[in-house]
Amino acid sequence: MLIRGGRVVDPSQGIDRIDDLLIRDGLVVAVGQTGSQPLGKVDETIDAEGLVVTPGLIDMHVHLREPGREEDETIETGTRAALAGGFTSVACIPNTEPPIDTQANVEFIRQKAARADTCNVFVVGCVSRDRAGKELAEIGQLVEAGAVAFSDDGSPVYDAELMRRAFEYCRMFDKPILAHEEVLELSRGGVMHEGLVSLSLGLKGMPAAAEEVMIGRDLALAEVTGGRLHVMHVSTAHGVELIRQAKARGIRVTAEACPHHFTLTDECLRGFDSNFKMSPPLRTAADVEGILAGLADGTIDCIATDHAPHAPEKKLLELDRAPFGILGLETAVGLCVTRLIETGRIDWLRFVAAASQLPAEILGVNRGTLRPGSVADVTLIDPGLKWQVDATRFASKSINSPFDGWTLTGRTVATIVAGRVKYRLQ
Amino acid sequence: MSNQPAVTAAPGPLRSRLPTAGWSHRNLLDLEELSAEEISLILDTAVLCKEATDGCRRKIDVLAGSAVVNLFFENSTRTKTSFSLAARRLGADVIDFSASTSSLSKGESFIDTAKNLEAMGIDAVVVRHATPGTPHLLAGHLDVGVINAGDGPHAHPTQGLLDILSIRERLGDLRGLTVGLVGDIAHSRTARSNLWGLTKLGAKVILCGPPTLVSDRWRELGVEISHDLDAILPRCDVLNLLRIQFERQHTSPFPSVREYAHLYAMNRDRLRRAKPDLVILAPGPINRGVEVTADVADCPQSLILDQVTNGLAVRMAVLWLICGGRQPAVAPAAESRRIV
Repeated sequence: MLIRGGRVVDPSQGIDRIDDLLIRDGLVVAVGQTGSQPLGKVDETIDAEGLVVTPGLIDMHVHLREPGREEDETIETGTRAALAGGFTSVACIPNTEPPIDTQANVEFIRQKAARADTCNVFVVGCVSRDRAGKELAEIGQLVEAGAVAFSDDGSPVYDAELMRRAFEYCRMFDKPILAHEEVLELSRGGVMHEGLVSLSLGLKGMPAAAEEVMIGRDLALAEVTGGRLHVMHVSTAHGVELIRQAKARGIRVTAEACPHHFTLTDECLRGFDSNFKMSPPLRTAADVEGILAGLADGTIDCIATDHAPHAPEKKLLELDRAPFGILGLETAVGLCVTRLIETGRIDWLRFVAAASQLPAEILGVNRGTLRPGSVADVTLIDPGLKWQVDATRFASKSINSPFDGWTLTGRTVATIVAGRVKYRLQ
Repeated sequence: MSNQPAVTAAPGPLRSRLPTAGWSHRNLLDLEELSAEEISLILDTAVLCKEATDGCRRKIDVLAGSAVVNLFFENSTRTKTSFSLAARRLGADVIDFSASTSSLSKGESFIDTAKNLEAMGIDAVVVRHATPGTPHLLAGHLDVGVINAGDGPHAHPTQGLLDILSIRERLGDLRGLTVGLVGDIAHSRTARSNLWGLTKLGAKVILCGPPTLVSDRWRELGVEISHDLDAILPRCDVLNLLRIQFERQHTSPFPSVREYAHLYAMNRDRLRRAKPDLVILAPGPINRGVEVTADVADCPQSLILDQVTNGLAVRMAVLWLICGGRQPAVAPAAESRRIV
């Protein structure tokens, strides 16, 4: 396969130029003008003129809901949504029912993913057995089964000593702990960010400190153990600053931010729409600014969506009964182009690093690059395409997106997994 | 209903006096969305209703043939009774629908419940719910008028209106008056509705209570806050003493009721240090001895029972404007959700 004439952006090689990409037998052969090299037989040519060609995007924070909540999403529908969004790989978070805390459960997901034959699914295992926060899951067994990272997301690992043990134990496998940072006593009953808006609306708030205190604890534990902490969905400016300082101190910490946290604020809750309810909650304009700055200077390594499908009948409830979370996969590229690249906050190299190269590095998977010999996962993005989000046309099984109806710039037009075109924009 | 009046007033003259112009809302969700003119229109209409019903005691039939549903997802005695009586005083039929006896306990969503009631041909829904914004969500799914009878700590517009009407009856124009809202601001829908209504009509509002119940952030809205009742007492023309809502708190916002009462209860001693014509309100139910001592609750400066009567008047006015007085529907502007 020859992808001809696109703007190839591959931060792993420092490439950002108009060039061709040659793929054979599912592997990248070369990035380079094919005019100057012997081409051999090419079975398919894709004209990528005007398109951005990137190593396949990786979303390291996706809730596929299967097993247990197939009414919200399945491995098949979730990975189809990933492909439609331009993601060739997702890491699925283990807060399923049952949670992914045994080899058999890891194997279930891998088999389901193989049967779906869509994108790569990397499995995140539970930190604690039954995700109950009491004792460590059989982390070594899970690693053998293929788990790439560990997380009790949905909940924090509440017991500080258990978290310390998890950091220590995971060092043996060089696996990161993906941490949901929340002091539950401070956010209990909350439905939105605690601030002037929550005060006006009489809604119970979740203070920024609930997140920041837990980030502080986990940074201290990562430092004392030498373990690898990955802060999920950081949402506050001060949280970003804590991570910045920790990196300067040499603590092994990485972080992700979600598109909704650099796009929306707590003001959105004024309409009481549960599609703006997520955890951590939408914060203030100053926090949005802090996240944008953190993405620009690399304090926040990567972009992840926290794709959290909920069936409509569950989400369309009173604000305190509706579950936390929104869809992310199919709007991420549009939001990143619109909010990050078009505004000049980051360039394409940095975006691809944040959405492909660095997630691959953090998860320790051999993706996120177009180096010769690497697996040919490739995303083709039309950077200027204006399109209107229509949740009813999502590949996802759910429609809980606050961006429904928005006009965005930038959209995935083709997604290629191991040299095979798995998605094409119709 | 033993208190149903036998005599029915002639509808003609009153109907012609009740306003139909100046009101364009399908719903009454909170006072924040109303202009000063619209608030005054409701208050003036309430005065007319009160007069026409001989102090809310007689029945008239300006809403005969209309049907109003009380859809209460949270317990209420006085507000539900007040709305029911107000609707009946205007001749409307009233149906009470409470969550415990409904299909909600069978798992039906609140929106489905309301849509079913709407399909029965009602004219307005009076809704109370423990969660802020639920009346707003209902309004987005229904074509009939939605009247918010209290949504958690967010808003209780008719309570705000009846408080303001009671103040206006006693002290006249609200401009220049200083009103202290004392107590559990954090969990009080009454506080929020008072705040919006009073400030729109030109009164100055001071929020007073311990920092655990009165956030500094209110200052960002330009509202004065104080943690010292004794310091603000001499400046206040009105005190509205809000009930401590123990049921809405996870952890106690103060060490003991005794300590709270020591710092914030309105008692005889504090009354002596206040302006001589200070007016005292309490939205009820009151905790005697906590927010207010018994002797002060029953003193001449207390408007607590006036508030109850004015509650009927205000609710009659709101029901008239929503069910009878509304101008031909103006399509509400689509709300913009975009931000940043």
